[in-house]
Amino acid sequence: MSSIRLEGVRKQFESRAGAVVALAPTDLAIAEREMVVLLGPSGCGKTTLLRLIAGLIPPTEGRVQVAGRDLWTGDRRDPAAVADLGVVFQDANLFPWYTVERNIAMPLAMRGVGRAARQARARELAKMVGIAGFGQRWPRELSGGMRQRAAIARALSYEPSILLMDEPFGALDAMTRDTMNLELQRIWTETGCTIVLVTHSIGEAVFLADRIVLLSPRPGRIAHVATVDFPRPRGPEVQADPKFAALCADLRGRLDRM
Amino acid sequence: MRARLEWIASPLLLLVLLGFWQWYVTAAHVSAFILPPPTAVWSGFVYLVGLKSTWVHVWVTIEETVAGFVLAAVAGVLIGVPVGKLRWLERTLNPFIIASQVVPKVALVPLFIVWFGFGSTSKIVVSAVIAFFPIFTNTVLGVKSIEAGHRDVMTSLNASRLARFTRLELPSAAPYILTGMEVGIVLAIIGCVVAQFLGGNAGLGYLLVAEMNAYQTDLLFAVILLLTLVGFAFYAAIGAARRVLIPWHSSGQAQP
Ligand SMILES: Nc1ncnc2c1ncn2[C@@H]1O[C@H](COP(=O)(O)OP(=O)(O)OP(=O)(O)O)[C@@H](O)[C@H]1O
Ligand SMILES: [Mg+2]
Repeated sequence: MSSIRLEGVRKQFESRAGAVVALAPTDLAIAEREMVVLLGPSGCGKTTLLRLIAGLIPPTEGRVQVAGRDLWTGDRRDPAAVADLGVVFQDANLFPWYTVERNIAMPLAMRGVGRAARQARARELAKMVGIAGFGQRWPRELSGGMRQRAAIARALSYEPSILLMDEPFGALDAMTRDTMNLELQRIWTETGCTIVLVTHSIGEAVFLADRIVLLSPRPGRIAHVATVDFPRPRGPEVQADPKFAALCADLRGRLDRM
Repeated sequence: MRARLEWIASPLLLLVLLGFWQWYVTAAHVSAFILPPPTAVWSGFVYLVGLKSTWVHVWVTIEETVAGFVLAAVAGVLIGVPVGKLRWLERTLNPFIIASQVVPKVALVPLFIVWFGFGSTSKIVVSAVIAFFPIFTNTVLGVKSIEAGHRDVMTSLNASRLARFTRLELPSAAPYILTGMEVGIVLAIIGCVVAQFLGGNAGLGYLLVAEMNAYQTDLLFAVILLLTLVGFAFYAAIGAARRVLIPWHSSGQAQP
């Protein structure tokens, strides 16, 4: 069964300069527990596609289904369909007025989970994403990478079956990024969730993905889909595999020709 | 090192200023009706503080100012939040807001006295009207400055209206609202004192006019000093509220 299904989804933004088609009619099905990476040049509609799946913006045409439920009926969002989704944005977007722990536990508080249970869960998650012991700090006291980890923990707190991530490690240096990718793979294995991740980095895409969806710009549309079948769990040594380099080169070529 | 310098420098500067004042008054033979020496102001102050009636005036001023300020704060936040959120509401109200901002509020004092009489009510209303605008405009600004990314988080979590308000809008706008309150409390005292000038027989504003009419310039200065101290206390109270309410914000931190 597919956990996310898009049928003829089109998105057009109205602006003063006229209408911009950010996404041409697109079909896409993502299976449960799949790791799909959206890759493409700047402005090709990756964020738009992810925000459509997240239900943050309604499609101009077409339907978006999550776990078999339509996200939108008319211009109303189905709260039950969104409940399955966890979103991690490019900026961590932690609330500066809450401690790290309260940030992580906030979705649980909003769902009426008791204080003690919330705190226990937040600690557990902080440990899982590698920021144990920083729970009582303010977000501004954390480094960018740590804030991003906290944002992931927040998105995982209510155990969504689907995790949507928009360039979550975009602001990090290459080394931290590699570590975060390894961690992400581990978290994905541990939680068994479906992940849709947006990135600019070809290497990151090939390292993480089961399937890479390559988008091309003006108007945004799916240009190519590549299946990646290196065995899991993947370690840094995959990057030395000649097949890895070949796949990267192929994608590089396709991106250059856009 | 610099912190310690400030601790020594500020009182030192005050002493120098007072010394100059004393010297100038004696050397230039300035009449005590025009400018009494600091020593006379001080003894006037001590005399004033010893009077029971002074404390009644102080208390009336505090009561009226606080009542006006609280009204202004409640109205400013309650009206400011929807105006900051709803564009059409802001557009509709904008001409009225600008017009009422531009009117010199002090010019309304006689009108309020006509409407609300010489008692406390007119003073409270004047304080509230003057303190309202900075609180209101800062609340609007605060609500408008909420980060789009933070809103997205709330949308992705399916937050209810109430959760959005208590967990995002209010805390996000809090530093702005407190800045508005800092300005508002000072304006509330001004409004209260000006209203007391014109009507009634209680409050430090009334006392100022009374001392002026009695040509007691030293006591006039003493009342000004008393008013300044009251103002300081209010300002400090808002500063304390800042540290308690928004410890996460850089403005709520102790200075390094
Ligand atoms: N709110 C909006 N209003 C108008 N146009 C928009 C809006 N959001 C996106 N667009 C347009 O849609 C197109 C796709 O934007 P999108 O943000 O999805 O690109 P992206 O692939 O995420 O780019 P990047 O890699 O730089 O983040 C762009 O041409 C952009 O100008
Ligand atoms: Mg983007």
